[in-house]
Amino acid sequence: MSWFLKFVTSSVGRKFVTGLTGLFLVSFLIVHLTGNFSLFRADNGEAFNVYSHFMGHNPLIRVMEIGLVLGFGIHIFTAIYLQLENKKSRPIGYDKVDASANSSLFSRTMFLSGSVILFFLMVHLTNFFVPHRVTGKDVVDGTAVVNATKLDGSALLASDGQPIKDMYISVATAFKNPIYVAIYLLGLILLAFHLNHGFQSAFQTFGLNNKKYFPLIRFIGLILSIALPAGFASMPIYFYFILG
Amino acid sequence: MLDSKCPSGDIKNRWSDHKTNLKLVNPANKRKHTIIVVGTGLAGASAAASLGELGYNVLNFCFQDSARRAHSIAAQGGINAAKNYKNDGDSIYRLFYDTVKGGDYRARESNVYRLAELSVNIIDQSVATGVPFAREYGGYLDNRSFGGAQVSRTFYARGQTGQQLLLGAYSSLMRQVNEGTVKMYERYEMLDLVMVNGYARGIIARNLVTGAIEKFAGDAVVLGTGGYGNVYFLSTNAMGSNVTAAWRAHKRGAYFGNPCYVQIHPTCIPVSGEHQSKLTLMSESLRNDGRVWVPKKAGDKRHPSQIPENERDYYLEERYPSFGNLVPRDVASRAAKKVCDEGRGVGASGLAVYLDFGAAINRLGKEKIKEKYGNLFDMYEEITNENPYELPMRIYPAVHYTMGGLWVDYNLMSNVPGLFVLGEANFSDHGANRLGASALMQGLADGYFVIPYTMGGYIGGTKLEKVDTNHPAFEEAVKSVKDGITKLLNNGGTKSVDYYHKKLGKIMWDYVGMSRNEEGLKKAIAEIKELREDYHKNVRVLGEGEEVNQSLEKAGRVADFLELGELMARDALNRRESCGGHFREESQTEDNEAKRDDENFSYVAAWEFKGLDSEPVMHKEELAFEYVHPSQRSYK
Amino acid sequence: MNFTLRVWRQKNGNDSGKFVTYQIQNISADTSFLEMLDILNEELIAKGEEPVAFDHDCREGICGSCSLYINGRPHGPKQLVTTCQTYMRSFGEGETITIEPWRAKPFKVLKDLIVDRSALDRIIQAGGYISVNSGSAPEANSIAIPKPIAEASMDAAACIGCGACVAACKNASAMLFVAAKVSHLGLLPQGQPEAKERVVSMIAQMDAEGFGSCTNTYACEAECPKGISVTNIARLNREFISANLFS
Repeated sequence: MSWFLKFVTSSVGRKFVTGLTGLFLVSFLIVHLTGNFSLFRADNGEAFNVYSHFMGHNPLIRVMEIGLVLGFGIHIFTAIYLQLENKKSRPIGYDKVDASANSSLFSRTMFLSGSVILFFLMVHLTNFFVPHRVTGKDVVDGTAVVNATKLDGSALLASDGQPIKDMYISVATAFKNPIYVAIYLLGLILLAFHLNHGFQSAFQTFGLNNKKYFPLIRFIGLILSIALPAGFASMPIYFYFILG
Repeated sequence: MLDSKCPSGDIKNRWSDHKTNLKLVNPANKRKHTIIVVGTGLAGASAAASLGELGYNVLNFCFQDSARRAHSIAAQGGINAAKNYKNDGDSIYRLFYDTVKGGDYRARESNVYRLAELSVNIIDQSVATGVPFAREYGGYLDNRSFGGAQVSRTFYARGQTGQQLLLGAYSSLMRQVNEGTVKMYERYEMLDLVMVNGYARGIIARNLVTGAIEKFAGDAVVLGTGGYGNVYFLSTNAMGSNVTAAWRAHKRGAYFGNPCYVQIHPTCIPVSGEHQSKLTLMSESLRNDGRVWVPKKAGDKRHPSQIPENERDYYLEERYPSFGNLVPRDVASRAAKKVCDEGRGVGASGLAVYLDFGAAINRLGKEKIKEKYGNLFDMYEEITNENPYELPMRIYPAVHYTMGGLWVDYNLMSNVPGLFVLGEANFSDHGANRLGASALMQGLADGYFVIPYTMGGYIGGTKLEKVDTNHPAFEEAVKSVKDGITKLLNNGGTKSVDYYHKKLGKIMWDYVGMSRNEEGLKKAIAEIKELREDYHKNVRVLGEGEEVNQSLEKAGRVADFLELGELMARDALNRRESCGGHFREESQTEDNEAKRDDENFSYVAAWEFKGLDSEPVMHKEELAFEYVHPSQRSYK
Repeated sequence: MNFTLRVWRQKNGNDSGKFVTYQIQNISADTSFLEMLDILNEELIAKGEEPVAFDHDCREGICGSCSLYINGRPHGPKQLVTTCQTYMRSFGEGETITIEPWRAKPFKVLKDLIVDRSALDRIIQAGGYISVNSGSAPEANSIAIPKPIAEASMDAAACIGCGACVAACKNASAMLFVAAKVSHLGLLPQGQPEAKERVVSMIAQMDAEGFGSCTNTYACEAECPKGISVTNIARLNREFISANLFS
């Protein structure tokens, strides 16, 4: 295993791990967004609640969840490590730097955008994950988590007969709060920044930069960096401004 | 009379016979021999790497911050080799013949033949080290014709051939550093040669970072320290290029050969003002399509587009109908000087001629010209802020290369035993004029393929006593170096080093430049002496000796130039003939062309230093031409 | 033209250094940046002050000696040129020009604007060569190299080793420098036998010297006076990953 450690601790290896976990997280975002679109069904949140119950209880998903936590953890760890190491490489800085002349803002602010996203992630987990999976108490208004109902008012039950918790109401409550909406929108804008550079950067780090298809990768990165955050942003906007 | 130690017999077999006769050094003993190599250009780097590969303990010095920055890196055009890949009739003999003729019959036949012979190995070696030469679509090496040669024998890597060849030699050198056979000393400047009982046994060098004066002992010293074109202040040489190592060796007994042979390149960007610090060369290839002209009328200051065809003087085409704009460098340079002296020069200074691409653009189209010369045109525009697609370029000759240098024998050893001199620093293979794309060839031939053999011959065939840096000779040399430095630092004068360097440059350019005569040369000798005395009284060198001090570095180099300049003038005065880069006004044909005097001057003038207050003593090496019989060059 | 110069002055490696402001007048627009500094130095010498030390040599953009971080950018405001090829016409009349040395942990300041770039040589020593002894080379035309490959190799080989990539990078990474050499040699068939070992050794040396790692901002490519492409860094990454994981 020494070869593996040598590789992942080298400057290129660290970047490789950061890029790999980053792409993995992008794939998670795509799945997450797709599922979340069920929020827009006019069914009093039934489809969304069934989906979130499935995500919370399916054993396979629970196993994958560990992978996700690891993915986040490694991505964050290597990013911090990289940042610290890179800071050491220039102990005395310049007095005057004209960085915009040679590089994009997005590429230079990955650590900052990542940090804001991390903060956002904490808020996000506190909003939904913690109440539903740990405390059973809503964070926004302090009320207890309730069971979900169908449109006709009957209880929404899982296939094993268990009642399904009402995640939808938690979402709706949170997104009626302007502070939360603002935090979400800010987090998502920075996610856009982060993805804009991060996606194509990962391919460069894997060595998959080629004059023929790299423009396509950049284009996909651009689309993802707009579409994913826009998709997520549509939810607080929908709840705050449209259902408001 | 000097003995060149050239082998005799059929010229084709001389080098191989000589190699067979050279003594060898036992492989196990090589690491016990320390060889000091000064300089990391093509000659120095290839020599240090090759000697390291053989197993010698090599110490390699350069004044730059990295071995890769030596001025060989700036060579643009290409490197000649007699590969005959083009099937156009090239051969080792033809390259030999062209080089001897091109050198105006002032080079040594045996050396030149060896150079031509080794040229083919250089290409093989360079390709193997990773030099990305230009290739044809089939994947094989491309060649072009260069500098008026009638065969295509020039290998090139875009306009950066020197860079790529040097990086090849540099990478081999770095490999030897990694293997531990070569130890690098960057930012070190050699300031003296140490002689022990008549043998070169070490050097004194200044650590340019700490200022420490350090001693290094060895069994032999190899100088690959380049040319001395910067004696003219303005030249195409790098700012740091200097004669110091060679000159200090000269002062320790090494003869200086043919110092007056200087190559002045015709296509440089003209001087734009007093602030100018160096001149930039534009590739000679421009003359393939550009037409050189000046106004017919003196003092005609009209915009070039306002001067009608019939009032333009295409003087090269006029005077040399068969070669036209492609006459050799020395001829083109002198012709430009002549028209400018007549008051027909162009540009603000009047020291320039036009190189006009108008006709070529009309004939071939702008696109084609752009494809061929685009990068050169861009460079020109960058420097002059003029668009050469619309306005004719302005060019003027500039000092480019020095054929003279320390005298060496066939083994590349100077008259001082144990002191070898390679590349531009020696006087050897180009005679009185160097052909385009031949300097790179010589540097690498010397370093890769000559010195590895002749060094063995010297070490194996010489009883070398044990010498280390505790020998009194080292102390004496350190003292002399330190005294010189202290004197400069404590001089307390008022004028900067550059002030004197510029003055010297002007004297050299005016009297020991493209055209020389007895009166001017005598004047130069007197003026240089005077300037030198003034320098040692009034130069101001600030800062301290024990730190980075660029003024001090420059001050030492200019002090040497002030001595060398006088010797160049003396050599030029002695040579009352015109040959190659040396044009004596007293020796010309009826139509003002250079006239060689084979009867009286078919020799190498090697000068021995006798102290600054005494005249140097000239030693002659007679040149014999058994294969290429001298004839007057004509380009009419 | 007239300028205000803010120049980093530092006596030696142990000194902490500071900016000193100079006024300079009557500079012709055709003066090169280094000639402008020559003029400043002549004025300083006349006043009895020590001239500003800076690295320079060929002054035609090929030796890689000149450096200088000018107004926040290595080699000044123009792209694809070195400092020595930058002319004063690229600056505005009366402009204040801040001149700093390259900054990176391995590039220690020796004096004023001169830094120690020997770390770059040590990276080459670690493997930036083809192991062939003088005299053992085969006939040059015994290997055909497709023209596009030779051209791509030449593109990378054009690196002048000035260190602008390091100076420009916010992480002081030397990846473009290393990548240029890895590409130059690795693309050629002659360089193939040692390709894997080369990339691993050179990266190890780069890391040991204390250069940062690449975060793909591509500032290096934008500031490289020779226009070396970051696709070379991708090639380096590819070769490094394959050398480590698949061999």
